[in-house]
Amino acid sequence: MQKIGVFVCWCGSNIAATVDVAAVVEALKKQPGVVYATDYQYMCSASGQNLIKDAIKEYGLTGVVVCSCSPRMHEATFRKTVQAAGLNPYMLEIANIREQCSWIHKDIKEGTEKAIILGAAAIAKVQLNAPLYSQTSPVVKRALVIGGGIAGIQTALDIADAGFEVDIVEKKPTIGGKMSQLDKTFPTLDCAACILTPKMVDAGAHEKINLYTYCEVEKVEGFVGNFSVTIKQKPRYIDATKCTGCGACVEKCPSKKTPNEFNMGLDNRTAIYIPFAQAVPKLAVIDKDACIHFKNGKCGLCVRTCEAGAINYDQTEEFITREYGAIVVATGFNQIKPTNFDEYLYNQSKDVVTSLEFERIMNAAGPTKGHLVRPSNGKQPKNIVFVQCVGSRGTSCRDKSYCSKICCMYTAKHAMLVKDHHPEIDVTVFYIDVRTPGKNFDEFYRRAVEQYGVHYIKGMVGKVEEADGTLKVQASDLLDNRQILMDADMVVLAAAIEPDPTARSIATMLTASMDTNDFFTEAHAKLRPVESPTAGIFLSGVCQGPKDIPETVAQASAAAAKVIGLLAKDHLLCNACVAHSDETLCNGCSQCANVCAYGAITYEDRLVMDKGVRETRRVAVVNEAICQGCGACTVTCPSGAMDLRGFANNQIMAEVDAICK
Amino acid sequence: MAVDKETILRISGVNPRQCMKCGKCSGTCPAYNEMEYHPHQFVSMVENGNLEPLLKSESLYLCLSCMACVQRCPRQVAPGKLVEAVRLAVVRQQNMDHLVPDQIPAMLDPELPQQAIVSAFRKYKK
Repeated sequence: MQKIGVFVCWCGSNIAATVDVAAVVEALKKQPGVVYATDYQYMCSASGQNLIKDAIKEYGLTGVVVCSCSPRMHEATFRKTVQAAGLNPYMLEIANIREQCSWIHKDIKEGTEKAIILGAAAIAKVQLNAPLYSQTSPVVKRALVIGGGIAGIQTALDIADAGFEVDIVEKKPTIGGKMSQLDKTFPTLDCAACILTPKMVDAGAHEKINLYTYCEVEKVEGFVGNFSVTIKQKPRYIDATKCTGCGACVEKCPSKKTPNEFNMGLDNRTAIYIPFAQAVPKLAVIDKDACIHFKNGKCGLCVRTCEAGAINYDQTEEFITREYGAIVVATGFNQIKPTNFDEYLYNQSKDVVTSLEFERIMNAAGPTKGHLVRPSNGKQPKNIVFVQCVGSRGTSCRDKSYCSKICCMYTAKHAMLVKDHHPEIDVTVFYIDVRTPGKNFDEFYRRAVEQYGVHYIKGMVGKVEEADGTLKVQASDLLDNRQILMDADMVVLAAAIEPDPTARSIATMLTASMDTNDFFTEAHAKLRPVESPTAGIFLSGVCQGPKDIPETVAQASAAAAKVIGLLAKDHLLCNACVAHSDETLCNGCSQCANVCAYGAITYEDRLVMDKGVRETRRVAVVNEAICQGCGACTVTCPSGAMDLRGFANNQIMAEVDAICK
Repeated sequence: MAVDKETILRISGVNPRQCMKCGKCSGTCPAYNEMEYHPHQFVSMVENGNLEPLLKSESLYLCLSCMACVQRCPRQVAPGKLVEAVRLAVVRQQNMDHLVPDQIPAMLDPELPQQAIVSAFRKYKK
C-alpha cells in the first residue's frame, strides 16, 4: 500500500473561483492510501514545492498527487520536486483540475464534484505506480540542415561556428534561396546580394560545413541524437571536382530556350548553365530535359569546350547515408503563381507580373539589367499599379487563409525604388490594410507616402482589362466612396507565399507535424517556437510561418542554439514511459509493429519459457530509445502482451473504476 | 411587418461578419456608378442593421445580378446575395412572393432589364 500525499492548488483564482479546494482536500483525505492532503495558493511556486518536499519527508510519502493545471504545464516541475525529496519522479500523478475542470465549469458545486473525481482517479492510479528509470542514448555530433536559403545558411553557420559539423542539403544546384533573387531589402534598402553572398561564401568555405547541393533527402530513420538520413545526389552530368565554373560551356551551348528559373522565367537560359554569377558552389549543371545530347545523342559542344574535361554524360543518381544528432528544417517558401485569378489578367498580359518577377526586373543582374521596362514592349512604364493581398487572407479555394506578412513592406519598397529611380512614374498601391509592425517598418512605409508621393488607395482592384496596349484597372476607393478606372502600364501582384511543395514529404519522413497550410508546427506556439514537437527536429525560417529576413535570421540562430544545446550533450535521457512486451503473451502477429509511427518495434526469435515449456517464439521487442510512449501498440495488441510503463492497462482501469465509483 | 437584419441574413444565407472590408466587390461591380449604395455598403449596412435606406433605394433594381462580386470576394461573403435578399424582402412586404411588372417603380431605367426577374432566372437556371 502506498502512502499518498495530495496537494490541491488554487492557481490563484483560476481554480479556487470555481472549485471549493478545501472541500476537495477533505474528500480526498478519505481516499484509500491517502495519509496527507492540503491546499495552497500556488503549488508551483518555490514555497508550494517546499510544502510537497516537506510533507514527503515528514509523512514518509511514497506517492504524490498534485491537483493543479495540465500535466503539459507542470508535470516536469513537480517530477523534479518529488525527485528532490528522494522519490522516483514517476511516483507523481497530476489531476488536471484547471483545464479539464475549473476553466470549463461555471458552477462551483459541479466543479468541486468533478475535481474530487479527477483527484480520486489520480490517487487510484498512483497506487499502482512503480518507479521508472530512463535509459540513455548517445548523440551523434553532426547536424543536418534541409534547405540552403538564408535560414539554412545562418543556422548552419552558427552551428558550425560552435564547432559541430553541419551538412546542408539543397535541392537546387546552388545555395542562396529566395533571398538571392531579391534586389534590395527593407527597411534599409541594402542590396540583397551584398549581404547574402558573403554568407554563401562563408558557408561554402567553412571547414565544418559540407554542402550537398542538387540533392534531396530520400529517407530518414532513427530518432533524436541518432538519425540516419539517406541523401539523393541528382546527376549534374558535371564532375564537381574538375569544373572550375568558368562558364565557357554555357556560352557554347546551342540549346538556349529554357525558361530561366532564377529570373522567374522572364528570360531564357541554356541547357548547361550556372544558376547565377555568385552561385555557391559555382559549378555548371546540365538540364537533361533541355540538352540536345540527351535528346538525340548529338551535339557534345560542351564536352569539346570544357578544358577541364568536367562534362560527364554518364553520371547517375547517387545515394549517401549519413548519421546526424539533429535535423533542422529550413525548406522555405514559394510565391504562388496567380494563374487562378483571371480578373487580374496575369495569364493574358505580360505586363501583369508578380512581385518576385518585378524584383528580378528591378535587379541589376536581372533580365533587363535593372532597367525598369514593360515586359511586353521593353519601354519604360508611365504608371504602375500595385495590388496587395492577392491570394492571401481569403477563404475561397484559391486563397490562403493567412496574411503573407512580407508583402506590405516589399510593396512599399518597390514603390519607393520606382519613385527613386524615376520620379516621373506614377505609382499607385491598392491596399486592404497596411501592416507594418517591425522596427523602422512603419516609418519606411510613411516615407513612401510622404516623401516619394506614392498613392496609397484603400480598396481592392476588381478587374484588369487590356485595351490598346494599356492595362485598364478598375478598383474601389473606399475612403472616397468611388470606383476608379485608371490606366496602367504595369500591374504588380503581391501574390501570397506558400510553403515549398517538398515540405510535406519531408515532414512525413521526419514525422514532424504540419498545420493545414503545410507550415511546420512548433512544439509550443510561444515558448518553443523553433522546435518541432518531434524530438530532434528544429525549424528555421518560413517553413514554420511567413516571416521577413530579419525574423528568419533571428529564428535561424535560435534554432542553431537549440541544436548546439543538443549536440553539446554526450548522452540523452530517453522517455521512461515506454512500451514493453510480455513475451509469454505475445502471439507474434506484428500488428504493433504495423501501427508504430516511430519504427520502435521489431520482431525477434526468442527462447521463451511459458508454463514449463521452453520453445522458440517470434516476439515483439521494443527499442526503448525510439519509443515515444504514444500507446498505439498497447491498444492494438490483441493478446494484451503490449503494455505502456506509466500508463499500464491496470492503471487506466483503476482510474476508470475510481471515476465510475 | 418590418424587415429586420435577421430576415435579410436568413433569406440570403450570408454572414456579413466574414467581410474584411477590402472593397473588391465594389472594385469589381459593373453597375457601381448606377448604384446609390455600392456592394460593400450593402454588406456594411446590413451588418450594422441600417436597413431603411437600402429598402428604399433604387440600387436594389440596378444591381445587374451578374454575381461578379460573389465570384471574386476573397472572404466568400457574397454581397450580391445580400442585394437580392433586400430586394426580396421588399417584394414580400407587398404580401407577394413575386414582382408585378406594374409595380416596378416608374423611375427605373427603361433600358435595364427587370433585375428581380433576371435574378430569378439566374437562380433557377439549373
